[in-house]
Amino acid sequence: MSTNLQTAPKAKPSAMRSQLVGARLPKFAVPLTAIVGIALAIGFKYLLSWSGWSTTVVAAAVLFVIVLTGWSFSVEGRRRAKDRLASTLIYACFVAAVVPLVLILVYIVQRGWPALSANFFSHSMAGVGPDQPGGGIYHALVGTLEQVALAAVIALPVGIFTAIYLVEYGKGAFARAVTFFVDVMTGVPSIVAGLFVYTFLLLGTGARPFGFAGSLALAILMIPVAVRSSEEMLRLVPRDLRDASLALGVPKWRTITKIVLPTAMSGLITSALLAIARVAGETAPLILLVGYADRINFNPFSGDQGTLPMMVWDQLGKRTGNSGEFTDGRAWGAALTLVLLVLLLNVIARLLARLAQPKRG
Amino acid sequence: MTSASAPGDRDNNDGGDGTAPHRPDTGDQLHKAASEHATDATDAMASRLAANARSDGAHSAPDAGAADTRTPDSTAPRAVPDDEEIFAEAAAGGPMGPVPPQPKRSSGASGPSESEISGSAVRLGDRIFKGLAAGAGGLLLVVMAAIAVFLIWKAWPAIKPGGENVGNLFTTQAWRPQSDPPMFGIAALLFGTVVSSVIAMLVGVPIAIGIALFISHYAPRRVATVLGAIVDLLAAVPSLVFGMWGLYFLVPKTQGFQSWLNQYFGWTYLFGYPDATQASDFGQSLLIAGIVLAVMILPVVSAVCREVFLQTPRETIDAAWALGATKWETIRTAVLPFGRAGMISAAMLGLGRALGETIAVALVLSSGFAISWHLLEPGGDTFASTIALKFGEASSSPLGIPALIAAGLFLFVITLIVNSIARAVIAKKKDFVA
Repeated sequence: MSTNLQTAPKAKPSAMRSQLVGARLPKFAVPLTAIVGIALAIGFKYLLSWSGWSTTVVAAAVLFVIVLTGWSFSVEGRRRAKDRLASTLIYACFVAAVVPLVLILVYIVQRGWPALSANFFSHSMAGVGPDQPGGGIYHALVGTLEQVALAAVIALPVGIFTAIYLVEYGKGAFARAVTFFVDVMTGVPSIVAGLFVYTFLLLGTGARPFGFAGSLALAILMIPVAVRSSEEMLRLVPRDLRDASLALGVPKWRTITKIVLPTAMSGLITSALLAIARVAGETAPLILLVGYADRINFNPFSGDQGTLPMMVWDQLGKRTGNSGEFTDGRAWGAALTLVLLVLLLNVIARLLARLAQPKRG
Repeated sequence: MTSASAPGDRDNNDGGDGTAPHRPDTGDQLHKAASEHATDATDAMASRLAANARSDGAHSAPDAGAADTRTPDSTAPRAVPDDEEIFAEAAAGGPMGPVPPQPKRSSGASGPSESEISGSAVRLGDRIFKGLAAGAGGLLLVVMAAIAVFLIWKAWPAIKPGGENVGNLFTTQAWRPQSDPPMFGIAALLFGTVVSSVIAMLVGVPIAIGIALFISHYAPRRVATVLGAIVDLLAAVPSLVFGMWGLYFLVPKTQGFQSWLNQYFGWTYLFGYPDATQASDFGQSLLIAGIVLAVMILPVVSAVCREVFLQTPRETIDAAWALGATKWETIRTAVLPFGRAGMISAAMLGLGRALGETIAVALVLSSGFAISWHLLEPGGDTFASTIALKFGEASSSPLGIPALIAAGLFLFVITLIVNSIARAVIAKKKDFVA
């Protein structure tokens, strides 16, 4: 295996058509087929008097696939036809899925944007009925930020320490068990986490719903995400750095706190932010644990608290029996704020990740 | 040299005691002594060895065994001070404070059992730190166990045989724990949960894999980076928002499509809805709930798949190209087999989300607690949506809350089973994971 490939003479691209290359469709085949497909579909639309354009679009796409694959099969053979079919389907997947997904975002912005105003951010819903205009999300913003912050304070240390254990110490049955249960915990539905906290905190003590109970459930949801992503970040730290530190006689825990963690710091911050973003929009546990208050409550340890997801839920619930004119606007406004909050966290996290990648070597 | 007596230094001696016999300076005599030491340690020998060890400091590393016995004394000690300072600083400077020197007696006694070469130096700081790390891991296990225990305990009044529930827990298609006598069963919930998730998987996973392939292997690099970021961002959009989109946008816009399905594919039974007379009868059906779930899991699944596909070894792909494979054949023979475990785990992640999704489903479905294979019929419930929707009225009756907790318990068990199967499958295919 000592052949040096770099010195091998490069084959000159031949301008002549080689006998080895099979017949190909001309370059204009794809656009031509697209035009034919669209034309045929429009023809069908008027011939068969289809109502609506969605059927026509689907028909055009199907015709395009059939014509192109058939043509390719007759000229290029079975393998290339398959290749074209697969490529077309993969492109179609993209167009058929990513475009609507982005459209969802556009739709939220469309519906929510009119509601956003300085008044909307600085007022609570106290005393605002479903048929009245005005009101805002201040109370909900306070609750969401407080609860998510508390959840992060609980979950992130646990998550990062678990990740340290798995990466630096983890061996044997216990580590395998922890890995397994982190995976299982990732799959715990948010409503089950909520029910769990409800059974042991509220049902056990007979307490009324309060903000911190929600934080606990969010923390349970956050821990596995934090473990998974921090673990990946810690594994990115080069082995050499650890070995160099240990070879100098630095104790292992000092190596971890002084070498491994600083090296992975930006990655850890990124994973922390992503974990926070992941739970910030959770609604299900809050229904059980936090309730909803339309006035401002700064204390997460006592009394119902408003949160953004619960405000949306509440406003949507008040839709029935009312015109829905104002509740819909507020619900979409709150939803848009929530999406912006989550996206902001994500963008910051990714910028951080890009700015300071784990140092190598 | 030997006068260096920082706490950390002695600390090191304690730990390095087992390797002391390899000190080069006294040669064979010491080796003999070491073997005696290994069998029958005396205080005198221990202290003597420790003194030697001190002169050698941190050089008790594994190479000590390989070290030539005739190494000049001068070289080894020269390098020592730096290392010893690090040791002293490291052991004394941390938040744990200086490590108290241990009496040599105990170190001598503990020596014999240790390996001659490794001589593990477990410090207090290390022990505490490892304890913290392992404790955090243990906390996870405790939480998982507590979830199971608490749910079973509190759901017991609802699930125990011979309870007040007059319906059969597994077959009754009703949810009336507040009526007298209470009557409820999970049959309809199980059906709705499974069917909506299966629809979501059937629709969502192939498309998600297609998107992932497009981004990782078809799109130009620059476009791919942007698209990857967009998909990642979409994965973070709260499910509540998808639910709202489903309720406000998808349900009204797909009435025509559903009515068309019924008209032309009603004979399949699945898409039949014999009671429908006009397009506006269609709407909040299990099919639409499944599609909303599919859209919801798309970004998540494709984000994970994309990561996996990007990790396909370049050599494997090049090998496929070199054999004259077309792009699709390259993907089918190189990329997909490599990513199989990752794809399964991504799909299971999506399935987990779909099974446990609460709000999106609760918004889109109109509850009915009956099993119907007509997927276009409005109605249908899942475990999670029932818990969210029925919670408000549950506390008014003694069995309301336990019944909901029982529903949560079943959901928990189902996700547990799904996840365990996924783990097992992935473990089997592990050799493909780099």
